[in-house]
Amino acid sequence: MAGADGDDSLYPIAVLIDELRNEDVQLRLNSIKKLSTIALALGVERTRTELLPFLTDTIYDEDEVLLALAEQLGNFTMLVGGPEYVHCLLPPLESLATVEETVVRDKAVESLRKISHEHSPVDLEVHFEPLVKRLASGDWFTSRTSACGLFSVCYPRVSSTVKAEIRQHFRTLCSDDTPMVRRAAASKLGEFAKVLELEYVKSDIISLFTALASDEQDSVRLLAVEACVSIATLLPQEDLEALVMPTLRQAAEDKSWRVRYMVADKFSELQKAVGPEITKNDLVPAFQNLLKDCEAEVRAAAANKVKEFCENLPEDSRETIIMSHILPCVKELVSDTNQHVKSALASVIMGLSTILGKDNTIEHLLPLFLAQLKDECPEVRLNIISNLDCVNEVIGIRQLSQSLLPAIVELAEDAKWRVRLAIIEYMPLLAGQLGVEFFDEKLNSLCMAWLVDHVYAIREAATCNLMKLVEKFGAEWAQNTIVPKVLGMANDPNYLHRMTTLFCINALSEACGQDITTKQMLPVVLKMSNDQVANVRFNVAKSLQKIGPVLDSNALQTEVKPVLEKLATDQDMDVKYFAQEAISVLALA
Amino acid sequence: MHHPVKLGANDVQWCFSQVKGAIDDDVAEADIISTVEFNHSGELLATGDKGGRVVIFQQEQETKGQPHSRGEYNVYSTFQSHEPEFDYLKSLEIEEKINKIRWLPQKNAAQFLLSTNDKTIKLWKISERDKRPEGYNLKEEDGRYRDPSTVTTLRVPVFRPMDLMVEASPRRVFANAHTYHINSISVNSDYETYLSADDLRINLWHLEITDRSFNIVDIKPANMEELTEVITAAEFHPNQCNTLVYSSSKGTIRLCDMRAAALCDKHSKLFEEPEDPSNRSFFSEIISSISDVKFSHNGRYMMTRDYLSVKIWDLNMENRPVETYQVHEYLRSKLCSLYENDCIFDKFECCWNGNDSVVMTGSYNNFFRMFERGHRRDLTLEASRESSKPRAVLKPRKVCAGGKRKKDEISVDSLDFNKKILHTAWHPQDNIIAVATTNNLYIFQDKMN
Repeated sequence: MAGADGDDSLYPIAVLIDELRNEDVQLRLNSIKKLSTIALALGVERTRTELLPFLTDTIYDEDEVLLALAEQLGNFTMLVGGPEYVHCLLPPLESLATVEETVVRDKAVESLRKISHEHSPVDLEVHFEPLVKRLASGDWFTSRTSACGLFSVCYPRVSSTVKAEIRQHFRTLCSDDTPMVRRAAASKLGEFAKVLELEYVKSDIISLFTALASDEQDSVRLLAVEACVSIATLLPQEDLEALVMPTLRQAAEDKSWRVRYMVADKFSELQKAVGPEITKNDLVPAFQNLLKDCEAEVRAAAANKVKEFCENLPEDSRETIIMSHILPCVKELVSDTNQHVKSALASVIMGLSTILGKDNTIEHLLPLFLAQLKDECPEVRLNIISNLDCVNEVIGIRQLSQSLLPAIVELAEDAKWRVRLAIIEYMPLLAGQLGVEFFDEKLNSLCMAWLVDHVYAIREAATCNLMKLVEKFGAEWAQNTIVPKVLGMANDPNYLHRMTTLFCINALSEACGQDITTKQMLPVVLKMSNDQVANVRFNVAKSLQKIGPVLDSNALQTEVKPVLEKLATDQDMDVKYFAQEAISVLALA
Repeated sequence: MHHPVKLGANDVQWCFSQVKGAIDDDVAEADIISTVEFNHSGELLATGDKGGRVVIFQQEQETKGQPHSRGEYNVYSTFQSHEPEFDYLKSLEIEEKINKIRWLPQKNAAQFLLSTNDKTIKLWKISERDKRPEGYNLKEEDGRYRDPSTVTTLRVPVFRPMDLMVEASPRRVFANAHTYHINSISVNSDYETYLSADDLRINLWHLEITDRSFNIVDIKPANMEELTEVITAAEFHPNQCNTLVYSSSKGTIRLCDMRAAALCDKHSKLFEEPEDPSNRSFFSEIISSISDVKFSHNGRYMMTRDYLSVKIWDLNMENRPVETYQVHEYLRSKLCSLYENDCIFDKFECCWNGNDSVVMTGSYNNFFRMFERGHRRDLTLEASRESSKPRAVLKPRKVCAGGKRKKDEISVDSLDFNKKILHTAWHPQDNIIAVATTNNLYIFQDKMN
């Protein structure tokens, strides 16, 4: 009997194991994801002696299976018998760390890093560190790139002799023949530097950093910029000038725009890492150059950092630096030839107003905002509009409203529907900033016009916009300004517009409340149940279902129910379907 | 060193090694070879054909008993790289023909290559498998199911050795980036990007990203009526990751520096030889169109092939080539008939030997030419069935350009223009060459004593 019991519990596991080699990838993947179940059933001994050897050889599989396997093995320590046996997981992960697919390799390295912490110091030297060495001296660059990510996890926990070996291996990989390995080493340089003793940072890392930063391959040099941030953070301030700055200056003026782009992209991090003094002396001129770079990609990346850079300037000289050094460059960027540059600037320029304060904003920034609001590129205008709140806090939006209005109107009527969609999404924000009066006077008609746009996505967004406006301005405002217009559309000859009425009601009923919904909206909906277009009729059914919860039970029973019952006998099957659905959802049967 | 490498066309006695492909005179269109390429070690040789297939040959390991016989190339893997397609939006048929193959530098035990037809580039992995799993719980190895009640213990499959299997699997498909026909692909020395060029544009791809590429060169005029020139070939510099060149139908080569700007619309160098007014004719522009451009291995020079000549340019000198070799100057008087039979539009490729001292390119009548650079010596050889006896030394051929025909010379009028050698490849280190006639691949090597 015991045997028969065993069979029952073994069967699902047997299926899982068999499916590890099923022809269907999905089933293999499924089994790999349940690897812990299999291991649990096999027990720690058989997992170590049978399952892991099998998995080690299974590297021929599809990437997604290997990826899942690499991930699973990172959480396998208990299943092989705990930290004492964790080194048994190294062989399969080692073979996964050499496959050509980067995502799989990276995941294998991630899991190796994870289980490295579960190794005892002895096991780390006996099992883990030799694996790192094997990978580091492997024939193929895939294994050498993987090794780069493992040095930093074992370095802090090994003896000083082994530490010296690890440093030597890392040095070797930094001057590897293949750019891939040098890239991998460059990208791990900062991380490795963090675990090194300061003396070795100065002696080893700096020379490696300098070498990588002047590599013949652009793709290697640009990664050294990233390392620069971590290295600068580690060094005492007085060493920065001699050890880091020459390389950073060189990177900021590199012949390759990709390297300069990287400097621009990492500018805020660099600024924090080198501190206020170097920023004042070196980074300010470097930043000016990047803002004037000949390559638009670089200017755009730098423009993106304008606000952050200014914000992080030392307080004592912030205003002077901005006014005399940064602002002149910013002014030029406003009329840049490249729209991506202008649009990058537009997304941050408003932020300068909080830094510079009211007077400077009015005198220096406002003309720039106004110029950007009139820019030929819609994205630039949109970016300005989307950041209006920053200015509002400093000078109030009224200063802008004269120029704002034409810009909004133009965007609202842009030929590209995506642009119209974008401006609609800012309407609730604008309404909040500009206040109800201004809104009613100038923008309300736009919001209504979008309801009859010829693109469905715009009509849909316009409906949603109305709901947000009502949430902002309240039910009374809705009743006076928009509800009559929405309901008026119920008589429109175009059935799409009539449906828009229904969609608006769906969106507005809750925000407007029971009174308005019952007294004003419901009659219109009910009347539309006689529409000649079936699409309108079944949307009536859907609307009734939607607004039902807002109505009182009397209205539901006496008004809604008969109409839905009638619709439930409609000739059109869709109308019937939705009417019946509404009846059952509203429990009117 | 088993065999001292002698690299000079005239020091080398070329002998026949192998011929691949059907012996039939009746050539199936699909079997026509459209590209030939050695990998970086020379151990593998790939061909692509009009039928969209890629055939990879592997050099056998040297046998100990015969130290002087270098390994022959045998079929390693054959796979269908591209299928014919139809673009329904543009009502265009897309041929399956493989336009180019480029090997990637080896990254692990597997081999990778890029193959392209007119529109789509694919990354292929060619890998070996010599183990397979054995052992199921619920069925026998032959697939018969076991009675589940007989399963009393769990069985984990084990890998057992099996006969070597070579698999080719598509790893990436880079599609939808070219409006015109792709003529070149080239892997960058950073090993992570490559370019693809069509008639009017060059795109830059990351080898791991298929859903976007960057357009770095675009010569399409706003008004297509004003189109006067197309891109005919493009290649990355072998070790400067930022340098690429592209050639045009007007006989110019532009060198771009990708460091300068994201868009390479402005070239940094323009290589162009002033036209010789005495040779000017109706065909001048057609025959000056460049059909292939190749950097030398050391990256100092580049070679271009136009209809009648091969030119070698020093990258530091833009106004004229440093060397010009006439491939078949005797055809100059035949251009009219070559125009009528469309041969004048044939796209001959060219290649360098391992140490850049000799260049090779094809001609008509299944002739191919080698030019030894330092010595200004040249050689005409023929790929033919007649001389395809093992280790038979190839006899130099000579075409009689006019006047009295000497013995052993072939008259220009008797050249067969249907037999052309467009694609050739030179082993990256050794004196082994692969020469594609219409549907046959000939492998020649230097005679070793």
